[in-house]
Amino acid sequence: MSELMRRMLFLPEAASTFATRVDGLHFFVIGMSMLVATGLAVVGLVFLVRYKRRPGDAPTTPRVEAPHWMEALFLSLPLTFFLLWFVIGFLDFSWFNSPPRGALDVYVMGKQWMWKFAYADGPSSVGVLYVPAGRPVRLLITSRDVIHSFFVPDFRVKHDAVPGRYTQIWFEAPRPGRHAIYCTEYCGLMHSRMRGEVVVLAPADFEAWSAQEQGGDVATLSPFHEGAEVEEARGPMAARGRRVAAEKGCFKCHTEDGTPHIGPTWLGLYLRVERLKSGEDIVADEAYLTRSMMDPDAQVVAGFLPVMPTYLGQLSATDAAALVEYIKSLRPARPGEAVSQEPVYVPTSR
Amino acid sequence: MSPPPAEVPSYLTAEAGLWSWLRTKDHKRIGVLYLVLVLLFFALGGFFALALRLELLTPEPDVLGPMAYNRAFTLHGVIMVWLFLIPSVPTTFGNFLLPIMVGARDVAFPRLNLFSWYLFAAGGVITLWGLFQGGADTGWTFYTPYSTTSGTDVLPILVGVFIIGFSSILTGLNFIVTVHTLRAPGLTWMRMPLFVWALYGTSLIQVLATPILGMVLLLVAVERVAGIGLFDVGRGGDPVLFQHLFWFYSHPAVYIMILPTMGVLSEVICAFSRKNPFSYRMIVLGTVGIAFVGFFSWGHHMFVAGQSVAGSGAFGALSMLVAIFTSIKVFTWIGTLYRGSIVLSAPLVYALGFIFFIFFGGMTGVAVATTSADVHWHDTYFVVGHFHYIMVGSALMGFLAALHYWFPKMFGRMYPSGPAIGSAVLIIFGFIVTFLPHFLLGNMGMPRRYATYPAEFQALHVASTAGASLLAYGFLGIAGYLVWALVKGPLAGDNPWRSHGYEWASHSPPPAANFLTPPEFEREPHDYTVVEAPRVY
Repeated sequence: MSELMRRMLFLPEAASTFATRVDGLHFFVIGMSMLVATGLAVVGLVFLVRYKRRPGDAPTTPRVEAPHWMEALFLSLPLTFFLLWFVIGFLDFSWFNSPPRGALDVYVMGKQWMWKFAYADGPSSVGVLYVPAGRPVRLLITSRDVIHSFFVPDFRVKHDAVPGRYTQIWFEAPRPGRHAIYCTEYCGLMHSRMRGEVVVLAPADFEAWSAQEQGGDVATLSPFHEGAEVEEARGPMAARGRRVAAEKGCFKCHTEDGTPHIGPTWLGLYLRVERLKSGEDIVADEAYLTRSMMDPDAQVVAGFLPVMPTYLGQLSATDAAALVEYIKSLRPARPGEAVSQEPVYVPTSR
Repeated sequence: MSPPPAEVPSYLTAEAGLWSWLRTKDHKRIGVLYLVLVLLFFALGGFFALALRLELLTPEPDVLGPMAYNRAFTLHGVIMVWLFLIPSVPTTFGNFLLPIMVGARDVAFPRLNLFSWYLFAAGGVITLWGLFQGGADTGWTFYTPYSTTSGTDVLPILVGVFIIGFSSILTGLNFIVTVHTLRAPGLTWMRMPLFVWALYGTSLIQVLATPILGMVLLLVAVERVAGIGLFDVGRGGDPVLFQHLFWFYSHPAVYIMILPTMGVLSEVICAFSRKNPFSYRMIVLGTVGIAFVGFFSWGHHMFVAGQSVAGSGAFGALSMLVAIFTSIKVFTWIGTLYRGSIVLSAPLVYALGFIFFIFFGGMTGVAVATTSADVHWHDTYFVVGHFHYIMVGSALMGFLAALHYWFPKMFGRMYPSGPAIGSAVLIIFGFIVTFLPHFLLGNMGMPRRYATYPAEFQALHVASTAGASLLAYGFLGIAGYLVWALVKGPLAGDNPWRSHGYEWASHSPPPAANFLTPPEFEREPHDYTVVEAPRVY
């Protein structure tokens, strides 16, 4: 029954304990509204047909006023339902705002235009939030720049990321699965691209992921394990760089095939002569590439916005080197192809 | 017997030339001046709505890039809210009819009335100039800290809207004083036409709430120029403070848009069902109740913004009271049809559309006020659908009902009934096709203000864009036959609808002084137990 209602109302799957609770109220309110709407429409149509003016009708009508009991009914009947819905809703709302003890804490930080997640015991990720199934997760949300809003439709969960404060919500996803994250507070140019993903892992898988993260061995990360062919074509170091880039969210702004995007394309970037904002020309060598990861605002290529976050402290020396190796391996088929262009903000899907 | 209208020059012909219009102190001419401006602004805002819908036809950007899209939705929002919806009914039909409905010669301060129009025009020009030369990308809500740090040119728009705010305050003040001091003998408070009650409630909100908007816009401007840090966390400020101040005005502002059109509805339904209102005092109670409680529900815009849980609870419960005042009006309107003598002409078709839209707009408002369900719907297309049902569905239907009901009153000519009803049906149908998918998109989780979107949302976006094109044809139809009627329409006579509303007690179009002899209103408005329409004074 509720599955049928869900489909009729185009609601996504209910993938959290909160979603199941809140959908019940949704069906109650919508169902009741439809019922009353039908009733009112029938009454209205009957009046329209029955009391339509016909030739020969008297030009006067009798004076009719609602009796007191009817006025009282008009006031009290809807108010009863409205308040009932409010009480049900507010109980759920309080529940949703009170994280249980022992929940897994994840720090969520929004910035233009990506989501970053950090766990109390060390691991961190960009764009992808890993959580265990069947365990409450408390999100401590903040923002580094403007207001964002963290939204997972499948969980029916949302909260604004406000700079300067940590706000908390929680959820529990009963089953493993993957769910979209959207930013729902308008935050500028690439607001609609500020998306991410929640990956709910079986508890054992989550433990394994967490242990690997703490060990710093990104090479065996399962969701991005597409390295085999890259490794074959470009060597083990570049393959590792490709995985690090995917994991750290570099491809949210940089492309590997020359397509203009938020940041300069990596195709043919190595040893390319770039004109900086200051008018100075610079050769994109290893030093420049590394500096751009750690202090990105220092030397911004002309035409691009200074939006890149620093990765200082987030990339191990090996990972940084692997990224440089990977960028070096991206050479255009013909020389002269893939020069750095102004960002046109029309990224095509990867 | 009243003298034949031909001997009395109407307000339209009393003076000639553009200059006589630009320095007029006649409330009717000022109403027409406003009508010209708000229709222009509506066309402009509608054009950008179409551009947005066109862009959203496909998931990837093709017509507008993300920057152009962000600027276009800001343009659409700013124009529609401040340059069309807020002034739409009060400054046009309100200005034209309020003095006539209370039996006065003019509003209390005619010179101030003209000054309000110039303020509105100046604010409108500055806002439009700001929107076109710089093109802010903040949305009409100007949320900090994005609006204080955006690289686009926000300042002229803040200044323009600030000036428009003063125009709104002065108009409200004028109406309040007019209602208090200029009512004709015998016109007691509980006999005032319901449209006058609606304008009175609206004016109270305009006078009390608009200064807060002026203040908060000024603070954003100062923050941009001088960097005082009021909304900047880095300097001890609080970005959420802006939201409280902004919605303290902008939530009541929704009632500035909807209350006058509710007044229109009460008049139109009574006139075309030839019935007294089913419960006059329930409508008055609803009007005053909405004007009052509307001030205490702003926090329902911030259920997921970091407001305290108890605060959200209080605002959620208070929002339910606003809904109750709206629902008693809906019941009363439908009850008014009972034992009436109903003529289904264009204004009534719009009125029925209004009832349909306010019902679903209102019920979805109740749904988001339940706090827990709002967590999912907040800032998604569900909310976009909800407020378009209220602000376009209801407020615009009310505006069109007023335009079609009072067009012969204002210009003395009649439009053809067939095309009018056809356009009305097309607009109502087009509207449903445009905005019903928004509720479903919101359920799916489609966030608002997205220039690009995942492919699974596309089917519903295509439906919505198709509906928007129907709406465009409907509006072109209206423009066509109204312009024709203005030039070549048959003369309407003093009271083509044989309505018993007070405003029909003057000639159509009225003479410059409204009445040739001081009017007396002997019966309640819309008393259809007698045959004669009100005497023309």
